[in-house]
Amino acid sequence: MSQEHVRTIPGRYEEIQNICAFMVQGAKEAGLDESALFHVELACDEACTNIIEHAYGDEGQGDIVASWQIDGNDFIMMLHDDGRVFNPDDVPDPTMPNQLTGEAALDSLQVGGLGIHFMRKLMDEVRYQFDPDQGNTLILVKKIGQE
Amino acid sequence: MSDLTVSRESLKRVDLVVADGRIDSSTAPQFDAVLKECLAGGNANIVVNLSGVSYMSSAGLRALISALREAKGRGGQIAIAAPSERVSEVLELAGVATLFDVYDDQTSAVGSF
Repeated sequence: MSQEHVRTIPGRYEEIQNICAFMVQGAKEAGLDESALFHVELACDEACTNIIEHAYGDEGQGDIVASWQIDGNDFIMMLHDDGRVFNPDDVPDPTMPNQLTGEAALDSLQVGGLGIHFMRKLMDEVRYQFDPDQGNTLILVKKIGQE
Repeated sequence: MSDLTVSRESLKRVDLVVADGRIDSSTAPQFDAVLKECLAGGNANIVVNLSGVSYMSSAGLRALISALREAKGRGGQIAIAAPSERVSEVLELAGVATLFDVYDDQTSAVGSF
């Protein structure tokens, strides 16, 4: 397993781009292609937005500790916060059933869960850990060489 | 300085919104506000030119979907002009690409109304 690279950034929307750039740099070092770099950026963006909105409840309520490492064929991103318990697995998939079209599809779409839906679609693994003393840790894995 | 600029212009049958830059959770409120201005101004037909948008997260998509719901409720529509490959991928990922009328360029999108 490679050395873990860590950066701590205030939980503010304007800082998310910096966290994503840090992760994308790691993904480049892992050899991920351009398409996968976009997926890493978007998944990281959605994860950080959820931390601010749901775990912390607002901007400026705490830090996000971002880290990445390479383990074999896995590029692993970790995002840690000290906010409220927020398990992405508790959020239902927001996408519309395929059989619906037009107005019915639009009505059925729950936009609140889009970020988690994106993470699930873009990453090969999405895992969550909660520790009452340590807080929330979201682990996002992208397989190297399988983009 | 913001990573996004958004302009609005009222044409004969539609409002034209041109966005340039990144639409993410930091800048989406700016995008959302302009879309709401169009709807508040009485026009439920909107063309959104996204040719200059290099990146859009679900925050931008939420603004578009919210505006589409409002527009549809008033008998209108939102047409998206010239989305980049990345923005098109985001629309596809969310499964909403078919809900919007998507055109290759602004002229075609405006002319569709």
